[in-house]
Amino acid sequence: MTLLRTAPPTAIFGMLVLAATLLTGIFAPLVAPYGETEIVGAEYLPWSAEYPLGTDNLGRDMLSRMIYGARNTVGLALLTTGIAFGLGAALGMFAALKGGWVDQILSRAIDVVMAVPPLILALMLLAIIGPSIPNMVGVIAVIYLAPVYRLSRAAAMNVVSLDFVDAAKLRGEGTLWLLRREILPNISSTLVAEAGLRFCFVFLFIAALSFLGIGIQPPTADWGSMVKENATLITFGDVTPLIPAGAIALLTVSINFIADWMLHRASGLKS
Amino acid sequence: MTRLQKLILSRLALGILTLFVVSALMFVGIELLPGDLAQQILGQSATPDTLRAFRAELGLDQPPHTRYLDWLSGVVQGDFGQSLASGRKVSDLLGTRLANTMFLAAYAAVIAVPVAVTLGLLAALWRNSIFDRAANIGALSAISMPEFFVAYLLIMLFSIKFGWFPTLARLDTATGLGDALYVTFLPALTLIMVVIAHMMRMTRAAIINVLASPYIEMARLKGVPRWRVVLKHALPNALAPIINVIALNLAYLIVGVVVVEVVFSYPGLGQLLVDAVASRDFPVVQAVGLFFAGTYILLNVAADILSILSNPRLRHGR
Amino acid sequence: MGNLLTIRDLSLEAGPRTDPKRILDRFDLDLDRGEVLGLVGESGAGKSSAGLAAMGFTRDGVRIAGGRIEFDGTDLARASQSALRRLHGRRIAYVAQSAAASFNPAHRLIDQFAEGPVLHGTADTATAHEDARALYRQMQLPNPDEIGFRYPHEVSGGQLQRAMTAMAMACRPDLIIFDEPTTALDVTTQIEVLGAMRDITERYGTAAIYITHDLAVVSQMADRITVMRHGREIETAPTPRILESPQEDYTRSLWAVRSIRKPDATGAAEPILTLEATSAHYRSFRALDGIDFTLARGRTTAVVGESGSGKSTLAKVIAGLMAPSEGRVLWNGAPLAGDHGKRTRAQLRDIQMIYQMADTALNPRHTVRETLDRPVSLFTNLKGKARRARVRELMELIELDPDEFLDRRIPELSGGQKQRIGIARALAAEPKFIICDEITSALDQIVAEGILKLLIRLQQELGLTYMFITHDLATVEAIADEVMVMKNGKIVESGPRARIFEAPQEPYTKRLLASVPQMDAGWLDRARRDAAEAKSAEAPA
Repeated sequence: MTLLRTAPPTAIFGMLVLAATLLTGIFAPLVAPYGETEIVGAEYLPWSAEYPLGTDNLGRDMLSRMIYGARNTVGLALLTTGIAFGLGAALGMFAALKGGWVDQILSRAIDVVMAVPPLILALMLLAIIGPSIPNMVGVIAVIYLAPVYRLSRAAAMNVVSLDFVDAAKLRGEGTLWLLRREILPNISSTLVAEAGLRFCFVFLFIAALSFLGIGIQPPTADWGSMVKENATLITFGDVTPLIPAGAIALLTVSINFIADWMLHRASGLKS
Repeated sequence: MTRLQKLILSRLALGILTLFVVSALMFVGIELLPGDLAQQILGQSATPDTLRAFRAELGLDQPPHTRYLDWLSGVVQGDFGQSLASGRKVSDLLGTRLANTMFLAAYAAVIAVPVAVTLGLLAALWRNSIFDRAANIGALSAISMPEFFVAYLLIMLFSIKFGWFPTLARLDTATGLGDALYVTFLPALTLIMVVIAHMMRMTRAAIINVLASPYIEMARLKGVPRWRVVLKHALPNALAPIINVIALNLAYLIVGVVVVEVVFSYPGLGQLLVDAVASRDFPVVQAVGLFFAGTYILLNVAADILSILSNPRLRHGR
Repeated sequence: MGNLLTIRDLSLEAGPRTDPKRILDRFDLDLDRGEVLGLVGESGAGKSSAGLAAMGFTRDGVRIAGGRIEFDGTDLARASQSALRRLHGRRIAYVAQSAAASFNPAHRLIDQFAEGPVLHGTADTATAHEDARALYRQMQLPNPDEIGFRYPHEVSGGQLQRAMTAMAMACRPDLIIFDEPTTALDVTTQIEVLGAMRDITERYGTAAIYITHDLAVVSQMADRITVMRHGREIETAPTPRILESPQEDYTRSLWAVRSIRKPDATGAAEPILTLEATSAHYRSFRALDGIDFTLARGRTTAVVGESGSGKSTLAKVIAGLMAPSEGRVLWNGAPLAGDHGKRTRAQLRDIQMIYQMADTALNPRHTVRETLDRPVSLFTNLKGKARRARVRELMELIELDPDEFLDRRIPELSGGQKQRIGIARALAAEPKFIICDEITSALDQIVAEGILKLLIRLQQELGLTYMFITHDLATVEAIADEVMVMKNGKIVESGPRARIFEAPQEPYTKRLLASVPQMDAGWLDRARRDAAEAKSAEAPA
């Protein structure tokens, strides 16, 4: 709790937004006035008491889709970040510990993934395997595993060169112990601080893919594709399509504020 | 050969090798499709005869390595095959769109790079001042906004509300430079806003890192004025990281272009790529993807080489 | 009152204003023109902060909480930035600990030399360049006319340190602050640098504040010495008096390590570890070059050498962290595998290691209990209650209270306590042989003394064999039975401690022994003469 008291106002703002989004997402069916894909009226109805944010291009309630969108978009971004982090961190530590050809092979493979711009790589891979939610999660996880690998390898390299790792090796400790007990606890604060930033990238990335029509597919509600579906309204001066886009921005800003504070703390603790 | 030349050559060679690996992987990826390309395109209902004929037309009856080499030698000569969707030659589709995309990216870069580097320098100089904090919050917010949000906000404001700029950025060969700059102002501004934030933060971090060195303290203890400490003692050593920041963000521009082009219906490579992915037009995806990857790799190699050149330890190596 | 610099009641603070940490506490200092004052203290005593404060300069996050810094009539604590800038480099100059890090890598030495005089208007570029060559010559730098046109990374550490002293002299300042200028150098290089520094300050009558943790070094350089601890002045006196009759207990304790003497070993020497024609490589660099030696059971062998002599590589080869490229290592007559992964559990248990930096040798995320329990469970059959009792017994062996320390995390311990835990971790395996790799070099004198006494006691109680790697000859004299001198990956000379110290045979050994700073006032002059002679004798015959 002392932690919260030292947090700057930006970070507190971030945590409030994040908590609200998570709660909305978790309790979506209870909060939403209509179903996720339920057609409730005519298309593009204006804001009213019945439909607080109007209806979309197919006559579905915008507010309900925003609420379900919180669940889908944020949930998938969390899942993807989790996979990317778990795999990336494990492989990075492993490469740092083993060195030699294991490190060479893994690092060169990661170099290739990072040699192609992420969005282009995702578009190409999804063109090949076809856009679906599991495919998208897999592709983005592979792409974002690369920077996590590099970070965790670099951080673990600093730890591996320390004498207590040598001491553990000379005791005859196995790889799993070295990774889990000697290295991981010493790089976890770096990884946690980075996780926030990476989540933002993944979240924006999924939104961009969905906006381009290659990410989360209809009729699933999702903030990125909602912008795309209703974009025509903008030319008539209607701000409704900006609401899902603004929600993406708001949540990302919030998490960035939290991550910035955490990074600041992590670097402060080191010195 | 000096150590410096060796280093530079090895970076160049590595870049070219990476490009080859990427092109080969793209090829293998398509090769690994369930069924094959012909099946994918024609669907399950195609008769064996039409499939066979189509395979022959696509050259799918050849062994894979032959086809890769054929494709590669075509690419080297500027021949990327034919679009499956329109049947036109991919190179014809690419031509003007390539120029358009480069124009937009260059437009944004020319404005964004000097502004961002200056802002980053100032933020580092006045660290922890009001300016620095405001710039940090502004940059964090800008980074957090999806490109399409920034784009639609700008449209809402400058096109719908004030009516200063068009909502769509349509270009054709007859558009003059002045008109082109006007029509593409909003897309360029979108890119600038997104890129400046990243670049400013990274420049600031690079300078602050150098300012913490013992030789900066030494310079101050010699009575060197602050502006001279930054320009004469910090900047030469911060060049490498700043060059890296610029290259990284130019690369980012190339990618950011995709979404912005779609929002403004700008006739560039990005939109072509998105359409091709949606219609699974593989030759076009391959060609455009290769171009984007190539530019990205090239920029990264250039950044590597420039930062090697700006490192006094290597430049004056014996 | 000093007629050049007077510091009164100076306090420095760091950290948050609500809970500040005192770095200097009501500190006083007086300095006359042309006088050299030594500031001595252990790490964290505040001596560097005091030296910088004498220039009116504080590092980021440090602020002046009170007091005056009067330099030639100006109060630097209240002077404007531009007034300070006019003084810095011109009337007060600074020589930093690491010359390699303190020269700007982007500019040539001579341009960095000329920057000060040109900025302060004491010389134009051509005159400054000419002066640089003259000062480089006076600092006895090789190729004084040419060396300035090199970049810092092209010049060795000892030469850079001299070039930095020359740079500090560029405007002929009234005062130079030397901040641990030879700490990063090898002892044999240190002599040349110290000599050149002393010559040049004497020549121009420059006053100096010489900051160091080494009493022997400062006694060669300073007219008066101030001993500091915890940001306070402990004692100030003229150099001869503080050496002969220090008033404070703390001052006396500073050279206590020199009073330890291990009892002479008795009985026949029985071999426990043998190296046969062992070499080791880092890629093509030969770090160990055909080493042959035998260690005697129950004895302490000190391995002595400067940085790069191969002594740490030797430790790695014996421990199994690095495989030898040629030759073999025999343990109790049986060959040892080069890679620790291929050694038996019994061999891993027998050979333990204690590391230089206790900070990095212990996992900061573990508690003391976890640190000790793990080797006990891996190397012994003890279970449950017996294992817990063994961990407590280990704590008692290293003289730390188990109830107080077992559940602490490593970062909550002091440097000396960490090193003791490092020793306990080695003992947990019940080893026969312990490699001690520079284990006292990161510790303050008093703490180091405690560790050495503990090791001597443990050896007598447990019959341990030690290999003691160090560059500090005072430590060797205190603890070794046998001494082995290394240089460039080879053994230069080896033998019983008394023989090596009293009748060294090889010129390099003689030079090394002569380089060790002594307290008496004439040592530096003697050492420079001896070093010059020994160096010419070492030159290829």
